[in-house]
Amino acid sequence: MNASTSSRRSMLDRIRTRPLDSNPLPKVDPSRMTTYADPVQQFVETLGTVGGQAHMIDRPEQIGEILNAIEVFAKARRIASLVPEAIQGDLDPSCFDDPHGLASLDWVVARGEFIVAENGAIWVDGGSLPHRVLLFIPQYLALVVSRSQIVNHMHEAYERIGVPTSSFGVFVSGPSKTADIEQSLVLGAHGCRALQVFMLP
Amino acid sequence: MKLPIVDHPTAARPFVTNPKRSQWHDKALWFVRSKRDKQAGGVSEWEHLRELASKIKTHTVANLADYLVQFEQAATRLGATVHWAADAAEHNEIVLKILKRHETLRIVKSKSMLTEECHLNHFLENNGIEVVDTDLGERIVQLRDETPSHIVLPAIHIKKEEVGETFHQHLGTDEGASDPKYLTEAARQHLRNKFLMGEVGITGVNFGIAETGGLVVCTNEGNADLGVSLPKVHIACMGIEKLIPRFQDLSVFTRLLARSATGQPITTYTSHFHGPRDPDSELHIILVDNGRTRLRGNAEFRDSLNCIRCGACMNTCPVYRRSGGHSYHATVPGPIGSVLSPTRDAKSYKSLPYACSLCGSCTDVCPVKIPLHHQLLAWRKELVGRGLLPVSKRVSMRLASMLFQRPRLFAIAGKCGRTALRVLPHWMTHNRLNTWTIARELPNPPRESFREWYGRNRNED
Repeated sequence: MNASTSSRRSMLDRIRTRPLDSNPLPKVDPSRMTTYADPVQQFVETLGTVGGQAHMIDRPEQIGEILNAIEVFAKARRIASLVPEAIQGDLDPSCFDDPHGLASLDWVVARGEFIVAENGAIWVDGGSLPHRVLLFIPQYLALVVSRSQIVNHMHEAYERIGVPTSSFGVFVSGPSKTADIEQSLVLGAHGCRALQVFMLP
Repeated sequence: MKLPIVDHPTAARPFVTNPKRSQWHDKALWFVRSKRDKQAGGVSEWEHLRELASKIKTHTVANLADYLVQFEQAATRLGATVHWAADAAEHNEIVLKILKRHETLRIVKSKSMLTEECHLNHFLENNGIEVVDTDLGERIVQLRDETPSHIVLPAIHIKKEEVGETFHQHLGTDEGASDPKYLTEAARQHLRNKFLMGEVGITGVNFGIAETGGLVVCTNEGNADLGVSLPKVHIACMGIEKLIPRFQDLSVFTRLLARSATGQPITTYTSHFHGPRDPDSELHIILVDNGRTRLRGNAEFRDSLNCIRCGACMNTCPVYRRSGGHSYHATVPGPIGSVLSPTRDAKSYKSLPYACSLCGSCTDVCPVKIPLHHQLLAWRKELVGRGLLPVSKRVSMRLASMLFQRPRLFAIAGKCGRTALRVLPHWMTHNRLNTWTIARELPNPPRESFREWYGRNRNED
């Protein structure tokens, strides 16, 4: 048909005309890997080292209290919240057809599915977001998770996801950052400038 | 394309003859290497993970055709369009065709060593398309009209004062500003606009998953995600060696990648894309060969296809740290680049396998256990066999071989050398002609050789 089809054939032919002895695919055994006596503590510590801030809370209402004490939140004009029981946002992102309309967002409060102790990562399922860009475009991001939804390491994490059902999913570990200028770490490269993680029971 | 011959020592001269810069560069990279050690040391199953990663990759390369077809089928089922490109030119044409169909004038691109390898930027610019590299380091080198000097830290060779100058010129920042925070903020504002105007987002691929047809892109800045979640079209450019068989295999590689690369427990954003965003959007995946199937056929150097582009071998390499990435004149510099580049063009890159002290540190840190220093040594053998050694080395090697084959001549030469070192004035042995002594003292010659000592002391039995 076209060039790409003939390239497909030639690439596959080149590989198949050179069969190689293959070792079996190794089994990855999650039970062999390091676990933590207190995974929540490990998560909180690691999140701190990657620039995020964890808040232990008992009720969703506390989220508003804590956020209001943060100056950049109190002064924020445009807030989108996907966790209405915690924060009422100023705008409903699902009303936007074009994600470009979300460019001026100051804050987004979104939900994380589970957390990973070893690296301070939070799994966010794209299915929970009206627009993917909500995680990346606001100046500040707050994620709400349950601390009972925790895994030790990435092996348990992928086991837990199982088969991905959403077209997008992301592990977020700390705020957006760069060290591209002389290895000086700067938080807030393109995405959020800071990351607050609220940990419900 | 005929490439000029790279002579690494000559290319490294401007960098190494500036000891201040060379030492500064060395320190910056050693800092990254130390962070890596701390992270690797914190995972008690580290060696087990390296072993797993190596086995998974070796298995994938052996069964590459099956996994590529499986990946294509799964990705197509999810609604993505899979393209196959035999070489760089075809890859670039495919990208251009997609852009033309969407009448695109501006694209935003996150870091992709593959698009560097294919020289995509210049190709698109020559076709009237504005290309904005959105990774801060890549944007810096793009504005300076340079190329990345490191695969993970593209601007590691540039000082903050120089970034300040570049930004003053292009982004209108204050003259003389060099505070990384201030400069990063300026780049954030500048690139925000570019993101909002980008009509198509292009990314590289860290891992393609055969089982699910998905792909994973890792960044710290969030630039890949911002770049592809605004426009409707996402083009993902992927070397065919980026495949892994199972979704679960990601657990091994996401644990190794960022720890090896920058000493982080994981990248800030590890994004999983399975098909286009919505029915109105498009996801194009371009599978690129560009010499990879040929490399797969080469038993000696096949393992280098396992590379996950973490850059750990560069950060640890004593030659790379002191000579800078540009001295390799290759898209991928450092130890892995010195193995890969000659597989493309042995003649042009024949000096790279010698830009190595064979210390083996690269092999020790490689998360997928590529025997890098063994491969560099193997390359040297190969280059000798192909007659690609420079005359100076060929002649001196032949002379050495002659000497070592003739015991009597060897003894006389040794005696001459020892005497000469003793009687000659210092300036005769330490001058410009003897490059070895520029920064070294010659040892005090012993009175007698080992053979003479042996003859005197052990001959009675």
